[in-house]
Amino acid sequence: MLQTIGHLPIGWLLIAPLAAAGFFAFSFGRTEVGALPIGSTIGARLHSQPNYHGYFLAVCTILPAAAVSLAYLMLGEPYVRESLRNELPDYLVARGPDQVALFVERVASYVGHGTTENTGNNLFDASVDRYAILKGQARLVAIGAAIAAAFGGFFLGRRQLNRSFPARVYVERTITALLFVCAAIAILTTVGIVLSLVYETIRFFSSPDGPGVFEFLFGTNWNAQTGQNFGAVPLFFGTLMIALLAMCVAVPVGLFSAIYLSEYASPRFRSWVKPILELLAGIPTVVYGFFAATLIAPLVRGLAEWVNALPFTPENFLAAQPTSALAAGLVMGVMIIPFVSSLSDDVINAVPQPLRDGALAVGATKSEAIKQVVLPAALPGIIAAILLAVSRAIGETMIVVMAAGGRALITLDPTSDITTVTYQIVSLLTGDTAFDSSRTLSAFALGFTLFGITLFFNLVALRVVKKYREAYD
Amino acid sequence: MTEPVLPAESVRDARMRRRNQAERRFKLYGQIAIGFAVSFLVALLISIGFRAVSAFSQHALVVELPAEELSEPGRLDVTELNLAIRANLLTTFPELANERVERVDLFALVPRLAVLPVVQDLQSHEPVSEGSLSVNLAMSDDVDLYLKNDIRSHRSTRVGQAGRLAQLSTGAYRLSDAGQDSFISFQDQLAATAAVDQDILIALSGALFELADTAGASLILNHLAGPVPELGEQGARPVTAIFLGSDSANRPLSTRQVAILILMRDAGMIERRFNSSLFVNADSTYPELAGAAAAIVGSIFTMLVTALFAMPVGVFAAIYLEEFAQKSQLTNIIEVNINNLAAVPSIIFGLLGAAVFLNTFDLPRSIPLVGGLVLGLLVLPTIIIASRAALRSVPPSMREAALGLGASKSQAVFHHVLPRAAPGILTGAIIAMARALGETAPLLLIGMVAFVSDVPTSPNDEATVLPVLIYKWFSGSERAWEPMTAAIILILLTILIAMNLVAVLLRRRFERRW
Repeated sequence: MLQTIGHLPIGWLLIAPLAAAGFFAFSFGRTEVGALPIGSTIGARLHSQPNYHGYFLAVCTILPAAAVSLAYLMLGEPYVRESLRNELPDYLVARGPDQVALFVERVASYVGHGTTENTGNNLFDASVDRYAILKGQARLVAIGAAIAAAFGGFFLGRRQLNRSFPARVYVERTITALLFVCAAIAILTTVGIVLSLVYETIRFFSSPDGPGVFEFLFGTNWNAQTGQNFGAVPLFFGTLMIALLAMCVAVPVGLFSAIYLSEYASPRFRSWVKPILELLAGIPTVVYGFFAATLIAPLVRGLAEWVNALPFTPENFLAAQPTSALAAGLVMGVMIIPFVSSLSDDVINAVPQPLRDGALAVGATKSEAIKQVVLPAALPGIIAAILLAVSRAIGETMIVVMAAGGRALITLDPTSDITTVTYQIVSLLTGDTAFDSSRTLSAFALGFTLFGITLFFNLVALRVVKKYREAYD
Repeated sequence: MTEPVLPAESVRDARMRRRNQAERRFKLYGQIAIGFAVSFLVALLISIGFRAVSAFSQHALVVELPAEELSEPGRLDVTELNLAIRANLLTTFPELANERVERVDLFALVPRLAVLPVVQDLQSHEPVSEGSLSVNLAMSDDVDLYLKNDIRSHRSTRVGQAGRLAQLSTGAYRLSDAGQDSFISFQDQLAATAAVDQDILIALSGALFELADTAGASLILNHLAGPVPELGEQGARPVTAIFLGSDSANRPLSTRQVAILILMRDAGMIERRFNSSLFVNADSTYPELAGAAAAIVGSIFTMLVTALFAMPVGVFAAIYLEEFAQKSQLTNIIEVNINNLAAVPSIIFGLLGAAVFLNTFDLPRSIPLVGGLVLGLLVLPTIIIASRAALRSVPPSMREAALGLGASKSQAVFHHVLPRAAPGILTGAIIAMARALGETAPLLLIGMVAFVSDVPTSPNDEATVLPVLIYKWFSGSERAWEPMTAAIILILLTILIAMNLVAVLLRRRFERRW
């Protein structure tokens, strides 16, 4: 019996009764309040509509039960594992905590898969049975506690109901609190990002084979996969180089398309071309990566070989690798075009029309008015757009993973395959990895650096945009 | 009053011309920029579409198995059916039965697991006990690609009329011409194409030989496949040569395999069919058997989790910030924080997921539940920003009217403002979901790149998603993965474009000026 409960999907076991109880409490509260006697209270009218009394009772019922369920979901599994660990025979415990943890993990995942067949390993099968029983017990306790909490909440709430009871106020306060919690999740995400990155980064720098902070930030030798060299300068260099190549494409193309669309194009042309440009932003980066690796990279390589074959260039002038910084940078630049163009479009449109009219009235041609009046006025906004685009380019992952390569090099040759911060994070963390090797932890240190750099760019850009808006609003 | 000193006519004209030229140039730069972006998009779509086309069809070998040869057709397993098919192939090509190398060449055309769908099909249907069993088997990826592309570079020419066929050693023969210098023009042709390194097959009455050498007017041949005609005079039967256009060193198939394929094709044993395995199969290490079904289902589960988490939370957070929050330091921080979070690189969210969900909460790797939550956090700021814009576009008079009639703050918001803002919120949510559907990098870090050969049945099963499958297939070494990757990209792009289209239509349909 306990075993069967241990195997059941717990999510439905908790959610379905909760929903049913809430619905019951709602309809009960709604009908009950209408039937309440008038005498004992001040006014004859209800303070709140019956629906609100229903909601109030439903909240009273669900909230405590939900809290109990949540507590079980957070604490139940660790508790069951701990109990199982305490019951394991001594000879297994003697093999060390890692082996025990691995064993418990295997047992848990075996039960989680819902299979009940025996594996033939006596200890394992017994542990599986015991685990299911322990889990069943914990669940029974949790479900019982949840039911008790629901009943308690229901009866306590029901005692409050009378005609002058301000149910609506309480319900609305609950709603506001819920809304606030939702808004706070955004903050929690940032806190979570910062805490987890900082925590793992500190572990990285304090681990015995980890490097010093100085070596990490200024060392020029990166070999995290096999060796123990963690000098990240080649990665920063590669990241900046590819971002720079991307900006060489994205800034002129994005800026000129924005100028053309907002100053020259007919509304009809604009209504067609703008969505097409925005489509570029909607294409997944993995698709760009595929395109870069299968079409652009071979083209770049062919071009490099052609340059190498020219009479006046030395023989191995360009590296001409099958994957190259140039291919990744070029495609990334195209991906970023819509960011630059739509943001610049906004700021150019925000420049007040009288400025243009004034320039045209003193005899400037349209391009002169744009170059000498509109663009200087829009410059802060355009710079912000470029900063956001740079931050985007630095954090871009799939294109460089698929088209840039993994060699930690410092070279100015754009046809060589150089690596980036994001590439290394992916290659260090993909596959089965334990969270205690300095190899894995170095990915978090890289992530922390990446987060810091992009945060800086974003904050500056957002500030500039805000200032700029205030100037013209 | 003094007249302003104007430059001479000609100088003024020249300057004006220069300024107008500059104007035209400037306009041209804009057109070039837009042309570049649009043509890049077109090139991307065409290049992927072009690569994808061949993956939608597949070559299959049709084998007719007489039912009496099989003990119990309804209860066949993979091994048994494979044995039966191999035996059947050997009866079709008895000349290949003796040498092990030749058998391997023949059997390698069809992968062992290709019978799996047939076995599953047979198990779910009534057992066949009489008549014959027509079995349709996916051919190996190299064969499939050869039949799709390389076979087009085959060139056939008439050699002349056969004279005497004599055996030199096992498998080696000498074929002389039927007199009248019948092979002379062929030898001229050989000399003309000698520069190209390629294998040449010689067909003689249903048998295929490889041209090893020429000796005077005779040809030295190695037998490849097909029944060898009787030795001796061939009675001036026609001899054909097939130039393959490639040599065995740079071809994944051996020359014998090519010969077998030609014979099979001429016998009508090969048919080209729609590659349904792409949609109904789960992932496999064999490209010809791999499909995207598991990834599609995994994507659906992941999106479900993302939507269930991010849409309510995002909309509620937007309502709080836009309608309820007092201007304070705290809301100010939340605001800056959300704007900043929207620009954090997606891979950072993968690190967050790995550190928090996998390491701290000990959740299993590679499950849609974790992936969906990570993607939910990733798109949350986007949804909040879009929802806030939608709420802001509802005019304040709506709220004031509701409040004036005695509604409470939350009644005004939930009964009046939210319904008016719903289309805008939905549009933003769809676009955010489209972004989540195409996201790859954070999912790599939480292990959704694992090889999953079963279609997941719940958000707690190991799974992968479409973009990650694209990355995985792209990394595969066989050539056949490339068109298949392109095909999956087409599927993904179609879904994404459809989602964006729905968003645009929604916006148009409910767009309202107040």
